[in-house]
Amino acid sequence: MIPEVGHFALILALGVTLVQGTLPLVGAARGIPEWTAIAVPAARAQLLFVVIAYGCLTYAFITNDFSVAYVAQNSNTAQPLVYQISGVWGAHEGSLLLWALFLAVWTVAVTVFSRVLPVTYTARVVAVLGLVSVGFYLFMLATSNPFDRLLPAPAEGRELNPLLQDPGLAIHPPMLYLGYVGLSVPFAFAIAALLDGRLDAAWVRWTRPWTVIAWVFLTLGIALGSWWAYYELGWGGWWFWDPVENASFMPWLVATALIHSLAVTEKRGAFKAWTVLLSIFAFSMSLLGTFLVRSGVLVSVHAFATDPARGLFILIFLGLVVGGSLMLYAWRAGTVSGGGSFELFSRETLLLVNNVLLVGAAAAILIGTLYPLFLDALNLGKISVGPPYFDPVFILLMLPLMLAMGVGILARWRKDRLEAYWQRFPLPKHLLAVVMLALLLVTALVMLWLMVHIVKIAPPAPTTLMVTVGMAMVAWITFTSLVAILDRLKKKANPWKAVLGLPRGFFGMTFAHVGVAVFTVGVTLTTAYSVEKDLRMSPGDVFPLADYSFRFEGVGPAQGPNYRAQRGTVRVFRDDSEVTVLYPEKRFYSSQPNNAMTEAAINAGLTRDLYVSLGEPIPGTADWSVRLYHKPFVQWIWLGCVFMGIGGILAATDRRYRMASKVKRDSAAATTGPAPALESKA
Amino acid sequence: MTARYLVPLAIFVVLLGFLAVGLKLDPREVPSPLIDRNAPAFDLPSVRDPERTVGLADLRQEQVSLFNVWASWCVSCRHEHPLLVELSRRNVVPIYGLNYKDTRSDAVRWLDRLGDPYRASAFDADGRVGIDWGVYGVPETFVVDRKGVIRHKHTGPISVKDWEDKLLPIIRRLQAEKG
Repeated sequence: MIPEVGHFALILALGVTLVQGTLPLVGAARGIPEWTAIAVPAARAQLLFVVIAYGCLTYAFITNDFSVAYVAQNSNTAQPLVYQISGVWGAHEGSLLLWALFLAVWTVAVTVFSRVLPVTYTARVVAVLGLVSVGFYLFMLATSNPFDRLLPAPAEGRELNPLLQDPGLAIHPPMLYLGYVGLSVPFAFAIAALLDGRLDAAWVRWTRPWTVIAWVFLTLGIALGSWWAYYELGWGGWWFWDPVENASFMPWLVATALIHSLAVTEKRGAFKAWTVLLSIFAFSMSLLGTFLVRSGVLVSVHAFATDPARGLFILIFLGLVVGGSLMLYAWRAGTVSGGGSFELFSRETLLLVNNVLLVGAAAAILIGTLYPLFLDALNLGKISVGPPYFDPVFILLMLPLMLAMGVGILARWRKDRLEAYWQRFPLPKHLLAVVMLALLLVTALVMLWLMVHIVKIAPPAPTTLMVTVGMAMVAWITFTSLVAILDRLKKKANPWKAVLGLPRGFFGMTFAHVGVAVFTVGVTLTTAYSVEKDLRMSPGDVFPLADYSFRFEGVGPAQGPNYRAQRGTVRVFRDDSEVTVLYPEKRFYSSQPNNAMTEAAINAGLTRDLYVSLGEPIPGTADWSVRLYHKPFVQWIWLGCVFMGIGGILAATDRRYRMASKVKRDSAAATTGPAPALESKA
Repeated sequence: MTARYLVPLAIFVVLLGFLAVGLKLDPREVPSPLIDRNAPAFDLPSVRDPERTVGLADLRQEQVSLFNVWASWCVSCRHEHPLLVELSRRNVVPIYGLNYKDTRSDAVRWLDRLGDPYRASAFDADGRVGIDWGVYGVPETFVVDRKGVIRHKHTGPISVKDWEDKLLPIIRRLQAEKG
């Protein structure tokens, strides 16, 4: 009964979104106030219905209703409650429902926070979001209904993919989806602006916090996924350039570019058409990512069930949404272009460099991800593109980006002079050179210390060169970020007090940029100085790695709620005192008793991780193959992402966004009568 | 409307075309580098009778044979198994097995319970022969001709459709070949 209620609610949600996606658009175009006014209540009704549907599916999971096929495939009675709840989005159908739920939440959020925008404008935004929702409901009802019955009902369900039974991965998809779906808001704003034929600073100001929040979710979602891969897959790696990872990374890169181009459009009125195009790109990348993950056109370590019928549906949807938007863009972009001019050396130019490099990186990753598909489609054979392509291309694009970042945060809008630029550093020019050299020297010494003292190996020359360049960028970004703060305080009477008075958006930017530096430290040092060893170990064996020694104590059985495990014990010593005891596991979930899940044991630290994972038992002995890793500074990778996330939150909550809405609302309340009715151009 | 605003649309249409073609292709269909090469030689004890050995020589006695990699722990093999049993009952083509990373008792129990379609199964406990043959998942099936050359490789369980569309035509052709 309950699943039918959910199914029915889903159908009702489709009906409501059809109204939400069409009538307001017509109303806004023809000037029919009754039709535009339906946007907001329709969006709220849609949220109500999708919440009901989502609640019904969750209820089916919690009550172990295995007559629902989706529940039977992804849950069983032994599964802990947390994973019964997270099981709702553990596979295809439920993920879509979560997508739709988030989209409805964002839409209603737009209706709540955008009350001060012109009514026709809000109506158009809500309608565009509604049309996107229509696609998702149709997709669910036509090819992937989470409420399909399985009769007769099995007595026991299968189980949620054991890889997904992990707190990190339980919250990773919702984070990512919030990011993906969040990008639909700037997309809808852009489409509405194209329809409206007007793009002013107010539009951009409204889009910025939405974009930044979506970007924060994407950042954290990707970081969580990478962190999960690091400790769950047992290979010690944190990024594999897998198609599914790339699918989440491409929208991130475009969204990062969008954040920066929005800054230019808001402050200087330039890049208008480009900003609109980026908004379309960012959301298109989210949809394309969904297509790649769900259609099975590419081989991925993420073994999702795939289905060509679903692939075809998403492809048509993608074609309609992206093709339609780009057609609209081709038709109307001329009306929104134009704006402030700027000179060669200016902040605008540097942000343009930023945009070109970020979009270039996204394009390079897109090409690398789709290249095997292109070749296959042209019958030129099957190949796979991996880190040998992605690593150098990405690094080569990121180095100039980091260089430009340091220059950009100190450069002035519109027109700057090199002479004046150097004067912003609180040091005379020759001293500046000394400071830079000193920074490089310190970096070099730290590296030398790491090599000789900790890693005890001499890495080849290219590695040393890579580390030098990487750390020089870190020093450059950190240094210029500090100088930018000092620059802002220069003419203040009381600098200490003035620090607190700086806008939150500025702190956000600084945090995010320092996050890039922290991230770079992690990537550079981990890549260059990680050591790993694959060993056969007998109980009692000791192996020295870096400046630690690992003693293997043997493997014994252990029992979990829905799995049994082989649990190893590895004691780690340093200078004869015990540092930690690690318990790596091989888990056998009752649903897949022949498929062992590796649960690596990690002792994490700010300067190094000790990482142990169990390989295979050696038959006939108590020996096991064991993998030992020493990974310096690896946690900085995720720490950097957290910094970026905090930066984003600070920027999105900047006072001027809140002020703007408060002032306008007050003035709107002061003028009697209905809120600014139909102030659009007729 | 300026031409340059049309560029993104044009690029997207090309991309869409490729995606549409890609949808029809199966990325999991990976050709083996061993196709049309001599099959790697091996000599292993038989699953049922440790005294007897099974090797490439056995496969070369046949005009054409299937070499099927299986294991008792492999769920997909269980799906594929009835088809193999049916083929051997109808005597379409001789089938040899490679019992991959299994235990002898489990393997024998599986054959006794589900039927034994194999002329003989080689017992590859440590998976060494599997590595030589480039096996990266179970089940996999190779078509080997009388010269001991691998002519086709199928990854994953053989469905009825796979059998009729892909494997059977190749086998018919090879059976007709004179050598």
